[in-house]
Amino acid sequence: MSLAPKHQRLVLVLLAVAALIGAVMLAMWGLSDRAAYFRTPQDVAAGRAEVGVPLRLGGMVEKGSIQRMPDGVSVAFVLTDGVGRVPVTFTGIVPDLFKENSGAIAEGELGRDGTFAATNILAKHDERYMPPQMGNQAAEMMTRETVK
Amino acid sequence: MIAEAGLAALWLAFSLALLQFGLAVAGNRLGDLKTLVAPVAVAQGILTLFAFAMLIWLFVRTDLSVQLVAANSHSAKPFIYRFSGAWGNHEGSMLLWVTVLSAAGALLALFERRLPERSLRATLGAQALLALGFFGFLLIASNPFTRLNPAPPQGQGLNPLLQDPGLAFHPPTLYLGYVGLSIAFSLAVGALITREVGPAMARAMRPWVLGAWVLLTVGIVAGSYWAYYELGWGGWWFWDPVENASLMPWLAATALLHSINVLAARGSLRAWTVMLAVVAFSMSMIGTFLVRSGILTSVHSFAVDPTRGGFILGLLIFYTGGALLLFALRIASVREGARFDPVSREGALVANNLILSVILGTVFVGTLYPVAVEAVSGEKISVGPPYFNAVTGPLVLILAALLFIGPLLRWRRDTRPNLRRIAVPALVTLVAFALTFVAPEMNMLPRLGLAFAAGLIAASVLPLVGRDLRRTPLTIWGMVVSHLGIAVAMIGAASDASLTRETLAAARIGDVLTVGPWQVRFNGVDPVAGPNWTAIEGHLVATRGDTAIRMDPQSRYFSSPPTETNEAAIATRLDGQLYTVIGRREGDRWQLRLWWKPMVTFIWLGGALIALGGLLALIGRLRRERGRPLVAEARA
Repeated sequence: MSLAPKHQRLVLVLLAVAALIGAVMLAMWGLSDRAAYFRTPQDVAAGRAEVGVPLRLGGMVEKGSIQRMPDGVSVAFVLTDGVGRVPVTFTGIVPDLFKENSGAIAEGELGRDGTFAATNILAKHDERYMPPQMGNQAAEMMTRETVK
Repeated sequence: MIAEAGLAALWLAFSLALLQFGLAVAGNRLGDLKTLVAPVAVAQGILTLFAFAMLIWLFVRTDLSVQLVAANSHSAKPFIYRFSGAWGNHEGSMLLWVTVLSAAGALLALFERRLPERSLRATLGAQALLALGFFGFLLIASNPFTRLNPAPPQGQGLNPLLQDPGLAFHPPTLYLGYVGLSIAFSLAVGALITREVGPAMARAMRPWVLGAWVLLTVGIVAGSYWAYYELGWGGWWFWDPVENASLMPWLAATALLHSINVLAARGSLRAWTVMLAVVAFSMSMIGTFLVRSGILTSVHSFAVDPTRGGFILGLLIFYTGGALLLFALRIASVREGARFDPVSREGALVANNLILSVILGTVFVGTLYPVAVEAVSGEKISVGPPYFNAVTGPLVLILAALLFIGPLLRWRRDTRPNLRRIAVPALVTLVAFALTFVAPEMNMLPRLGLAFAAGLIAASVLPLVGRDLRRTPLTIWGMVVSHLGIAVAMIGAASDASLTRETLAAARIGDVLTVGPWQVRFNGVDPVAGPNWTAIEGHLVATRGDTAIRMDPQSRYFSSPPTETNEAAIATRLDGQLYTVIGRREGDRWQLRLWWKPMVTFIWLGGALIALGGLLALIGRLRRERGRPLVAEARA
């Protein structure tokens, strides 16, 4: 099959437009259930955090709350923002700057019992790059921005 | 005086860019004066290089009376990091950006002899306009030469994560790639203005796009390996917005690289190629905007420094918007290209471009969606690997499948596609797919990835079959090597995603841990010290069969600025890497994290092959087209 020149240009333009629309639709489909929302302990206390979906929980590590488990690689602690308190569990090597009274973000899911099971812990790397708002997801992003 | 000399050179270069733009715009009304455009471009490039050299000198001397040096350097740093510290910060990296922009214009002015003079002048005018904006940004909002009075006794140091030899040259490589695309942008704008969109423009553009693409590839691959061994997280691509910022121009440049060939060889896809050239450099600017404005971290931090983010956003809108407007006004005058059948080399390259564009679109949406959501609703979200892997993975498979057939098709029309040849990679794919079931726990995407990669290895060498290898042009070799590189990288990525073994434990001295086929014995720790850090070093011995390897991962502490980093110990074998990290102390035990990553090195090996293929093609093009006057062809 052979296309007349005018026709060919039209077909190419339509293909490009279709690809663009396809990309946006694909992206929207992908984002509908794969974007992790940022929540604070206050949100959790107020019931504004969904159970069983990917979330990021940001807050301060409560003083005296860090408990090391007997296996040597698990840790339990409480994230707080002064209003809400959420217990968090994590297995793995915590970041170097993870400590009491310091900002941290837990990535994972909130369980039915109100405990947050973290699959990843992000702590701020460097005092200088801490943004003005405490407990902002910016903490970790800023660090990555400055290291790349 | 060094800082003042650098600043003076910048202002002078800025004025020359203004002059260059003025000369280009006034054009024919100036008579012979118009021939000055090229020499001015060269002078502007030299002055900017001089300014950048001055900044490096300041950093090497650790001149603390300069604010930027005091904030980012420290005299106790090893020489190479004092040197690379010059671009390990906002102002310095923006100066590097402008230096590359300006030097690229100078090179174009010096060596481009094939374009019609009018087009070259318009192109240099566009390049000068680009430079003006970024000079302005530097001089108004990001002056790297600001003095500090009084000078502090000691600098604040460089982020320890940046103190790594690989990383010292990662940003310059990426920037050369990002900004090299500015020439493609300017050539497209110049051709639109002078109504010379055609094969001559494509041929002038091709070496620049190839070169920029090779450097982008090298930069991305190096950055990925750096993140892999330096962050100690065992991952090689995090879909971090900053990574995406470098991936987006790469995707656009990859598409452009293919469409340029159609335009140069067949005269088709004119409008599309011009559009891609504009999009590719716009992606570079968006990348810079995302990284440099701080908008990625939060919309709020935008308000912290509104000048910088706003300035770059303004430039981005002005240049991209201006180019698109010009495109809309002139597109009617761009001639229809030569026609082709859907089943043809052109058809396959159109499909390649469409899929790459869809990948680019989904990465773009995923990267900017959090920014948009936060701006509209204040809700903070993050979009990470679950989204990007699910959306781009299948598209990459389709792209790989397209590579089975595309390179074998003839230009214009292929009435009888050679089905027997295509049967070879198809068969290899099926066999490989069946073989992956020896590992029943694999997910479907990595399984398909391995199968298609195996097929692609066969498919990528098919264009060589039946050729006299000694007479095969370098450009064909380049294509073969790059496509092979994609297959190799896919094997690495799929294998890492599905076959990695991980062990996490707290070990006492003398404990033996198992990870994959390896037995790892923990022999204790020792304190060690470097020039500006102290560390705890773990001693491990990994054994597999008769092989025993000593591995010494470190947990380092830097005093200036106070930071800790994990230095992974990595043992590379032909079939993969053993990756070990030491964590904190728990009583008499130490946390150890061990990974066995089969074939993970294929990721970067494949990346290196992709870049090598680009380099071969570039050399082939430069050789073939050296001295060939294109002006006559452009008129034809």
